[in-house]
Amino acid sequence: MTATVPGRALGTPLARVEGPDKVTGAARYAAEYPVGNAAHAWVVRSPVARGRLRDVEVDPTLDGVLAVLWHGNAPELAKPADPELWVLQTDAISYRGQVIALVVAETLEAARHAAQSVVLDIEEEPHDVVLRADHPELYTPDKVNPGFPAESAQGDAEAALAAAEVTVDVTYTTPALHNNPMEPHATIAVWDGDDDLTLYDSNQGPHMVAPDVAKALGLDPARVRVVAEHVGGGFGSKGSARPNAVLAAIAAKVTGRPVKLALPRQALFTMVGYRTPTIQRVRLGAAKDGTLTAITHDAVSQSSRLFEFAEQTAVVTRHMYAAAHRRTGHRLVRLDMPTPRWMRAPGEAPGMVALECAMDELAHALGIDPIELRVRNEPDAEPESGEPFTSRHYVRCLREGAERFGWAGRDPRPARRRDGEWWVGTGVAGATYPAMAQPSTAAATALPDGRVEVRIAATDIGTGARTVLTQIAADALGLPVTDVTVRIGDTRLPRASVAGGSSGTASWGWAIDGACRQLRERGMTGEVVFDSTELVKARGNDGRHAFGAHFAEVRVNAVTGEVRVPRLFGMYAAGRILNPRTARSQFIGGMTMGLGMALHEEGVLDPHTGDWVNHDLADYHIPAHADVRDIDAAWIDEQDDQLNPMGSKGIGEIGIVGSPAAILNAVWHATGVRIRDLPARMDRILPHLP
Amino acid sequence: MREFTYHEAADVAGAVATLTRDPEATFIAGGTNLVDLMKLGVATPGALVDVARLPLHDVTELPDGTLRVGATVRNSELAAHPEVRRRYPVLSQALLAGASGQLRNMATTGGNLLQRTRCRYFQDTGKACNKREPGTGCPAREGDHRNLAILGASEACVATHPSDMAVALAALGARVRVVGIDGEREIPADELHRLPGDRPEQDTVLRRGDLITAVDLPPLDAARRSAYRKARDRASYAFATGSVAAAIQLEDDTVADVRLAWGAVAHRPWRAHLAEEALRGGPATREAFLAAADAELAAAEPLRDNAYKIQLIRNMTAAVLGALTEGRR
Repeated sequence: MTATVPGRALGTPLARVEGPDKVTGAARYAAEYPVGNAAHAWVVRSPVARGRLRDVEVDPTLDGVLAVLWHGNAPELAKPADPELWVLQTDAISYRGQVIALVVAETLEAARHAAQSVVLDIEEEPHDVVLRADHPELYTPDKVNPGFPAESAQGDAEAALAAAEVTVDVTYTTPALHNNPMEPHATIAVWDGDDDLTLYDSNQGPHMVAPDVAKALGLDPARVRVVAEHVGGGFGSKGSARPNAVLAAIAAKVTGRPVKLALPRQALFTMVGYRTPTIQRVRLGAAKDGTLTAITHDAVSQSSRLFEFAEQTAVVTRHMYAAAHRRTGHRLVRLDMPTPRWMRAPGEAPGMVALECAMDELAHALGIDPIELRVRNEPDAEPESGEPFTSRHYVRCLREGAERFGWAGRDPRPARRRDGEWWVGTGVAGATYPAMAQPSTAAATALPDGRVEVRIAATDIGTGARTVLTQIAADALGLPVTDVTVRIGDTRLPRASVAGGSSGTASWGWAIDGACRQLRERGMTGEVVFDSTELVKARGNDGRHAFGAHFAEVRVNAVTGEVRVPRLFGMYAAGRILNPRTARSQFIGGMTMGLGMALHEEGVLDPHTGDWVNHDLADYHIPAHADVRDIDAAWIDEQDDQLNPMGSKGIGEIGIVGSPAAILNAVWHATGVRIRDLPARMDRILPHLP
Repeated sequence: MREFTYHEAADVAGAVATLTRDPEATFIAGGTNLVDLMKLGVATPGALVDVARLPLHDVTELPDGTLRVGATVRNSELAAHPEVRRRYPVLSQALLAGASGQLRNMATTGGNLLQRTRCRYFQDTGKACNKREPGTGCPAREGDHRNLAILGASEACVATHPSDMAVALAALGARVRVVGIDGEREIPADELHRLPGDRPEQDTVLRRGDLITAVDLPPLDAARRSAYRKARDRASYAFATGSVAAAIQLEDDTVADVRLAWGAVAHRPWRAHLAEEALRGGPATREAFLAAADAELAAAEPLRDNAYKIQLIRNMTAAVLGALTEGRR
């Protein structure tokens, strides 16, 4: 593979090309397309966690109601691979908050009122909703997301732990977390005849949505058009078709009118996926010099009765540190709960909480600086696969990050520094995320005026993807960015992979680079369509990861137990940084989400109702502006020509991986209190303060 | 949302008459809480009587030095009012600790007092709640109650009052002016809200049709040395997990006057009379502050997950009083 010759556009901090459209309101999001004669839909969600829906009664005097759909009258659907899309087909209720009926009305208000007024006849059944490490129905799944073996083992970890000079044996728990993009999941469905369907849908990949919806409705996938030109965030929850797309389609079919369906915030907590809670036990064995001899990481998580989604929580431990004896494993239990799905860095984000906090605990037990401990266990190759890293630079991230953060001279003892009412401490944690790429196709067309139009059905979920793709195209074409227009977000454009797994730019950029180079080689005439499938398949995936190190300064109030994070710094080795402006935004966005994971976010389960009781953004806390103080990201210049033509690694997710652990480790350093159950809130800290 | 009719009130008497006549009507001012509850189906008024444009939007000083705050004065205006900042810093601080800038620009003095609990069961019509639907039960006792009451709760209800402003008003001995169908009357701010008992659906002692027209802040020397401190789960835009409003006046080394109220611990702003009594005439020391808080908190009955509030309130009370008296003895 030949690395791109450094061009004029890549590496420059180009502002988002669609920025003016967004700030002036010209950019349209899914529910905002002006379609004539649209009806509005509102979901009715199950008030019980398990049972049978016998009947749905509607007050016939309600004005403006066009249809009330439920399994007793909804159009029949074919079973898609994802059972969450088989909506309104069965009387079985699988979780509280599952859609069990849909009201379609002339106005949004009428639909909402009718949905609140329907009388549901439900036969409730006993439910089981609590994840426990000793749940009798725990099992080992065949594989974990997206296709890793559930278990791995090398050497004899038990014997090595028994023989180790120093051991750490800790259990960390993380709660259910909810993606909650600013733009809710929303769809406008418009039929043209019986066979052509257009969906304006908020998603992370139009080509991921069309086939699943087509299958459910018995349509030719080519005749389902999905438009997602601007998307207000996804964090994984929009990575595939969600029930709103199918519901809007059948509502439009039944009423003969375009139908708008935007899920209310509360429904986003149940209907579209969430991060499973985890219970993780990590055991580390080490010699007194800090050399790890054994690592085990056992993760327990949940899925729904509908669908097995097994999060790859412990997989991250397979890539991080050298140790001859090791084991990782996953256990899962199917509960009467909503189906968990991807949420920003599924697996890595919660998995690194346990691993990197355990490493901090080991460093303290050994009396070794936590950075030094990590450096001493730097592997020569991937610890479990033995594959060489194409590039790693983790130690550089630790060392150079420490330098910039001001780590030197740190007193390792906890609860020693006090500034008035505040205990002050610092912490560090590592970060890693796979550098993936997926096959995609792009087209480049020379326009008569010398400009070039590039087309690919990618989505920009707020990351700046459209901007970076414009830069990639411009450099491949040898044109200024102002002469390139990139069109995205529509299944009528060439097929692109999902905006997920931090793989978007690498995947789409590869196809665009290919199309644009060929167009340039043929003298900038006509059109080139470039499919990266064979090149991507030839690349493989082993040994390709981004790395980083997070540093946190934390203050814990001695009076209240309140935690503040005055400084958060991330140092990354994430390939070539294509646009420092959007990249920085991605990094610090991930770090901010990690801050929320460490200190704020928790889906609070009420076992009696099987519901998350805090299901809006007033009660489900994410960081507010006042929580985000001096937060910054930097990166080392990394050249890795084994990745893709740009030499880039994904940066959407690595910011959240490790940043919660850095904060928790700093909380311990500030106070001497180890918080092993997230989030680290005052009620958990205050009773243990010195 | 249920369909409703909308009237803009022309005068106070007319507004009161409309509400007294129509059992389905309710007042609306800033709407920052009511509209949310209407969308959720928790509040289902058949008519809204908008009082936001009534001539109740001034802060005026009465001849005896009382500061009269009109019921529709916005929270942001009241927080910034020079006399409030000078004479009642605890009130300004409490207002600024509440909600967000956008909400404070809309929220009114009267509406702030009448906002409903943020108990998660109350806000969800899919769940039982004695406050929302009397007789259905209180799942919070067994379920989620980390941020619910430790004082004055009942078997029927453990909800807390969410206002920050009301806690400061309780400490200041403010008086709430109310116009009802039988005329005008005054209610001490710390008697406006009631404990749940077996009637948790009644937040206040107000009667049907009563309209809050003003809040009177009496002159209070101790208030010039006053402060509000709020603990919360994030740095802003969160309801209190515990809060303390305090005013204190020293003579030589002894406490001449002290006012103390706590937020987020009870169904109403909790005026800490026992603690005040314990402090009056005694030394202004940390030991005394802690002992006073303990005297008041002796009645606390925490649930499984909210006992941390006892320590929180105890610590905060001593810290706030300590800060107010530091270097002044």
